[in-house]
Amino acid sequence: MKTSAKILSIAASALISVSALAQEGKPWIHDPSTIMKCDGKYYTFGTGGGGLISEDGWNWYPGAVRPGGGAAPDALKIGDRYLVAYSSTGGGLGGGHAGRILTMWNRTLDPESPDFAYTEAVEVASSQVDEDCDAIDAGLFMDPVTGRLWCTYGTYFGFIRIVELDPKTGARVEGNEPVNIAIDCEATTIIWRDGWYYLLGTHGTCCDGVNSTYNIVVGRSRSVTGPYLDNVGRDMIAGGGKMVIDADDRQFGAGHFGRYIEDEGVEKMSFHWEADLDRSARSVLAIRPLLWVNDWPVAGSSFKAGVYEISSVRRGYALELAVDFVRQQIPRRGWWEESDEPEVTYPNQTLEDVAGTWPEGEIPARAGDWMNRPHQRWTVTPVPEAGGYLGGQYCKIQIEGTDRVLAATDDAEVVTLPAYTGASEQLWKIEQLADGTWRLSPKSLPDYVLTCIADSTPTLAKYNFESDNCKWNFIKK
Amino acid sequence: MKKYITALVAVTMVLASIPLSLDAKRKSADLVEKYPALAPYFSTPTTESIRPDEQGFIRRWLLLEPISKPNRGNTVFVDSYVRKNLDTGWNKGDFTLPKDGQKVKDTTLVWHSLDSKLFNVKLYRYAVGTGTGRYGMICRAVTVIDVPEDIEDIRLAVGSNSASMWWIDGEEVLILSGDRRMVMDDAASKRLTLKKGRHILTGAVINGPGMSDFCVRFIDEDGNPVMNYDIRNK
Repeated sequence: MKTSAKILSIAASALISVSALAQEGKPWIHDPSTIMKCDGKYYTFGTGGGGLISEDGWNWYPGAVRPGGGAAPDALKIGDRYLVAYSSTGGGLGGGHAGRILTMWNRTLDPESPDFAYTEAVEVASSQVDEDCDAIDAGLFMDPVTGRLWCTYGTYFGFIRIVELDPKTGARVEGNEPVNIAIDCEATTIIWRDGWYYLLGTHGTCCDGVNSTYNIVVGRSRSVTGPYLDNVGRDMIAGGGKMVIDADDRQFGAGHFGRYIEDEGVEKMSFHWEADLDRSARSVLAIRPLLWVNDWPVAGSSFKAGVYEISSVRRGYALELAVDFVRQQIPRRGWWEESDEPEVTYPNQTLEDVAGTWPEGEIPARAGDWMNRPHQRWTVTPVPEAGGYLGGQYCKIQIEGTDRVLAATDDAEVVTLPAYTGASEQLWKIEQLADGTWRLSPKSLPDYVLTCIADSTPTLAKYNFESDNCKWNFIKK
Repeated sequence: MKKYITALVAVTMVLASIPLSLDAKRKSADLVEKYPALAPYFSTPTTESIRPDEQGFIRRWLLLEPISKPNRGNTVFVDSYVRKNLDTGWNKGDFTLPKDGQKVKDTTLVWHSLDSKLFNVKLYRYAVGTGTGRYGMICRAVTVIDVPEDIEDIRLAVGSNSASMWWIDGEEVLILSGDRRMVMDDAASKRLTLKKGRHILTGAVINGPGMSDFCVRFIDEDGNPVMNYDIRNK
């Protein structure tokens, strides 16, 4: 590569690397409730009232309506209604600790809907001024095994407690007594997976902007009422917890976990960053893939722009152009030959070495042995004007150093086209799956994902988490 | 090592130059009997038609005796080379289904109808067993697919050693380039529909030194084998 081209390439990489893959719009929020989808839009509520609405899961704007003010709400859809929990008071670390957890219902979360009307809030739990519990930060959980509804609450001031609610009324089950399940967390919530109940809570320093050490930890139990043990067997009631997410490079203070299951093996976690350096160091909504590693939840990665090998999980072959393989003309030397010659380093094959051998028009895509050759190196770049999806932004996928772009065809196959035009078949949704691999779906055919139907043959097919055919790894170059 | 490589190449060239076909211009009915070395790999078709095997592989083929095409290695089999040497128009235009024992006009090469005893058709064993070749060869294969009703959205899935091309009714559906091992479902065609009726499936496999074979089946959208058709040799 010529020097000027190299510089351009480096500059482009730098531009790409600073592209902030965070939610777009005005995603200012603190303590976001679990994301709910209602009539095609996404909603989350925050501390202080109100919340955010998104039409695509990527661009978020204020507009959600939640009365009652207070702190750290949560939301849960039960049947055709939404149950919203919040805490009406809370004195904070230096104040009193008399708190009240309240719940209320709404048939829709769309404030423009004629059906939008909250029921009168009912108190489901409380704490006294100097009790070893601070009844704020509600987390709702519907047990998929028993159908019983639970609410956790509490802060750093003492115990995290769980109470049972009536899923029909949202009120406290009569006679139910709180159970202490953890200590000194904030924003707890419970999720369930494969026979385990997971209690997630936030530790670290809250509300200190870029210096907030807020982080989300987890323990698990076979019983909804605990004990919740971390990965080294420490009870969360003794302060235990295994890290789910802490700070990122330019975002700090991860807090208030919420789980969103989009599809089998496609899970997202919502939370806030106390401060995002790319957004005036404000508190913002964040959405990451939620992975499961050895039956523990772990935050996945936001997709980062860059140059990648895109490797099929099916066999490990790399996505590539179906072009003639061009041999590198580097002499082979016998390993048995005695020689005192100085060692020589050779360059990798470059685009200039091979591009002239490629056809100019449409070139099929295929998968083959990874050889780090130009026809196998893909530049993946977000396209801001293309919008996004829950937790991600549509990207174009191009052969490095060229305008040649991966595209879907109308008959659900994949090809490469000589130039990017911005058409929806050239835009890809890239989502990390619960096992850490990725799926790619063209914007033009949202029900299809890039799939290896044979080792060497990529196509588009219906997503199936149980099949490695539709899973890919992005290996950064 | 250099000596070894030189020797290997020499042996390869010698073996490739062995005179072809001592008495191969025979119908397959007695081909396996005539050449017992074929018996572990092939049998003589005895039925009007067969179905795909339990994994959907096509085992009945008309195989042309190998066309000599010496190559010292398989790395030359890039797409353009494969297309140039395999897609010569031999199965298009006035191409008609060959008969067992039929000689190709203006050549010494003869078609043989055989059932493979294995899911993969061992071209190397076919060539060596009949004394018609060993290394550095192009093998052509033809079979007849009788489809009782339209089968939609299926794919031809192939593994071949080494490169190969495949056609249905003369239309190219798949190319496998490069120095390939025979791998089940290594590559697949685009979605296609087999209309009710008869179809001619043809393929050509090229190999330099080493083993040569192929396996072919149709798969559905989920990668499962397609089974509901008959396979004939005439």
